[in-house]
Amino acid sequence: MSSKTHASGVGNIVGYVLGLILTFAAVWIVLESSLATSMKWTIISIFAIIQAGLQLFMFMHMSEGEDRDAKVVHTVYAIFMGIIVVFGSIWVMTAGHPIG
Amino acid sequence: MDIKWDQILIIEEPIMFWTFIGLIVSSIGLVAGLTYFKKWGWLWREWLTSTDAKKVGIMYIVLAIVMLVRGGIDALMMKYQTAVPENTFLSSQHFNEVFSAHGTIMIFFMAMPILFGIMNLVVPLQIGARDVAFPKLNLLGFWITTAAAVLYNIAFLVGGSPDAGWTSYFPLAGKEFTPGIGNNYYYVALQISGFGSMIIAINFMVTILKMRAPGMGLFKMPMFTWTTLITCLIMIIAFPIFTIALLAGMLDRVFGSHFFTVADGGLDMMWANLFWLWAHPEVYIVVLPAFGIISEVVATFSKKRLYGYHSMVWAVIVISVFSLLVWVHHFYTMGVGPTVNSVFSITTLAIAVPTGIKLFNWLFTMRKGRIAFEQPMLWALGFIPTFLIGGVTGVMLGMASADFQYHNTLFLVAHFHYTLVGGVVYAVFAAIYYWWPKFFGFKLNHKLGNWHFWLFNVGFNLSFFPLFFLGLDGAARRMYTYSAETGFGPLYMLSFIGTLLIAAGVVFFVINMVYSSLKEKRITDRDVWGTGRTLEWLVPTPVPAYNFAVIPKVEALDEVWHRKETGKALAFDEKEIKDIHMPSHSGLPFYMFVAFFISGFLFVWEFQALAIASLALPFLGMAINSFTSYDEGYYIPAKEVIETERKGGGEQQWKAK
Repeated sequence: MSSKTHASGVGNIVGYVLGLILTFAAVWIVLESSLATSMKWTIISIFAIIQAGLQLFMFMHMSEGEDRDAKVVHTVYAIFMGIIVVFGSIWVMTAGHPIG
Repeated sequence: MDIKWDQILIIEEPIMFWTFIGLIVSSIGLVAGLTYFKKWGWLWREWLTSTDAKKVGIMYIVLAIVMLVRGGIDALMMKYQTAVPENTFLSSQHFNEVFSAHGTIMIFFMAMPILFGIMNLVVPLQIGARDVAFPKLNLLGFWITTAAAVLYNIAFLVGGSPDAGWTSYFPLAGKEFTPGIGNNYYYVALQISGFGSMIIAINFMVTILKMRAPGMGLFKMPMFTWTTLITCLIMIIAFPIFTIALLAGMLDRVFGSHFFTVADGGLDMMWANLFWLWAHPEVYIVVLPAFGIISEVVATFSKKRLYGYHSMVWAVIVISVFSLLVWVHHFYTMGVGPTVNSVFSITTLAIAVPTGIKLFNWLFTMRKGRIAFEQPMLWALGFIPTFLIGGVTGVMLGMASADFQYHNTLFLVAHFHYTLVGGVVYAVFAAIYYWWPKFFGFKLNHKLGNWHFWLFNVGFNLSFFPLFFLGLDGAARRMYTYSAETGFGPLYMLSFIGTLLIAAGVVFFVINMVYSSLKEKRITDRDVWGTGRTLEWLVPTPVPAYNFAVIPKVEALDEVWHRKETGKALAFDEKEIKDIHMPSHSGLPFYMFVAFFISGFLFVWEFQALAIASLALPFLGMAINSFTSYDEGYYIPAKEVIETERKGGGEQQWKAK
């Protein structure tokens, strides 16, 4: 792996701290805050997405190495398929006849 | 558990009884024969534990042909039952079991294994590799698929066959409407077969991406290799969906959960949704390699470069994306509303575009070509109109508003048989005739091949074309009988006669294989057909264990053709040959076969605790694999390689084109 773009120690520490902050923030929002349930869901979902991105770039070396294009392509493809499967299913199962 | 222990063996009906007797007699015959000729050691060493991709491929094909016969007998029984009105040959329950078994076996244990077999034989040769990336894993994939096939096939004698169709829709397939253990076979056996498919997919994806001969860029890969690569991609994406659906279905049936039940908040249509999210891509998993085969055959026997190679590749890639965006067209009638149906109608019609591109490419490849009417080309020529009929009726079915008329009628049955038989089976026969001489050193007999083709082709159309009209007249699929007043009788009878012709065609195919292995002239030409284009025609015939004595350097698409054109040296200097490293045989995959079979059987029979405990068996196999000493493989000495090369197709001449 090319050392030029390899995450430095600083990057790892920043990533680690950010990861911890996001995790505890999510726990705090769910357990301690007085927001509406739907609002809690929205916020922790956003946190989760940021967290996933953080992990992919800071620790899983998404944007590094000679095969980085391939990694980006199949990660994007996997996310696309995941969205199709999850949101597609929800859409198909709820449109027309709402589920109680 | 509501198992009736006195009904474990289902042999009350005469058909079952005689099948049972037949199976026992033939098994005894097989065991006696192997013992008498002292072939056990040979079978074990040369085949069952062989990690040679070519042998694994042949074992896949043998499995698939056995399953073809089983599924074919199911088809004959169904057709015989419906040949005349009010027939009493099969009871309604038995008919349900037969059509469920026919569909499941033909898709999972015939179409997929036979294509896996062809991939194993051809892909390493086409990319200039000596083996697949993970030879032992490859053998494991075969044995896991076989464990699933055996488990599914004993169902009809031991415990009862699944009877809810190959789609096994909830809630019908759930405990609420189908008590007993029969349907468990579906969920457990297919789960196991899914492991096998996943292993194949990962193995071939890595093989194709990492093991191509130097110089072979992605856009210099032969078409069959391309379609295999994309098929693997679809498998890796789609199979996990099915795995989860099957797991949830199995938990519902065996452990009493409520994923798809009607009671207690289950969502039964979610099964249909997840099933088709996997099963529509599955259609392309079986048909894309078939497209690849047809592309190879058409180019070879038209003596022309495949027309529109790049558009062909892009069509396959586009199909692979679209294949995951059309699943709702299988259940428009669920009542999901016009918006959803319209969206899926459009995606469905859109997928006809890349498929159409492929058809035109084949036609343009043939245009002004000097077509040789050899056996493989005959099947390719039969494929095009047959598949076209399947495709066009598919577009008709794809229109959501019209689909309400066709849904669940024989029109649909005719459509998917035109695509799956007209598409996959024709291509598979083309592939078998095309590559057979490469691996066995003789061609299949031309005359018997003609009988095979014409009986099958005429029989197939006679059998399934009438179903379009029956379907439009309102004959529903999966109907075990009908009254004479419906007027369905004559067309059903015609369809039955067609099925007999198909069976006769398959008999000729089997006769051809036996006759040709005894009588046909042996050949050692490297380029068996004289017009070969891709790297498999560069190696000796029959293909030696190591495939390529020297890994070729690739300069062009259709490398062998390119070398013939440019008059470049086709063989290599014997001095270049070095000792060749080969993978050792392994008995572990066979152990995994036994382990998965036992574990699966316990799940089917709902021994909940014991079944979960038995999962230790496959894990034990994995542990043995990890913690025993690493096997270095063995070397074929250079001297032996040179001898083989001189003997098998050592003629370094190439036929003029």
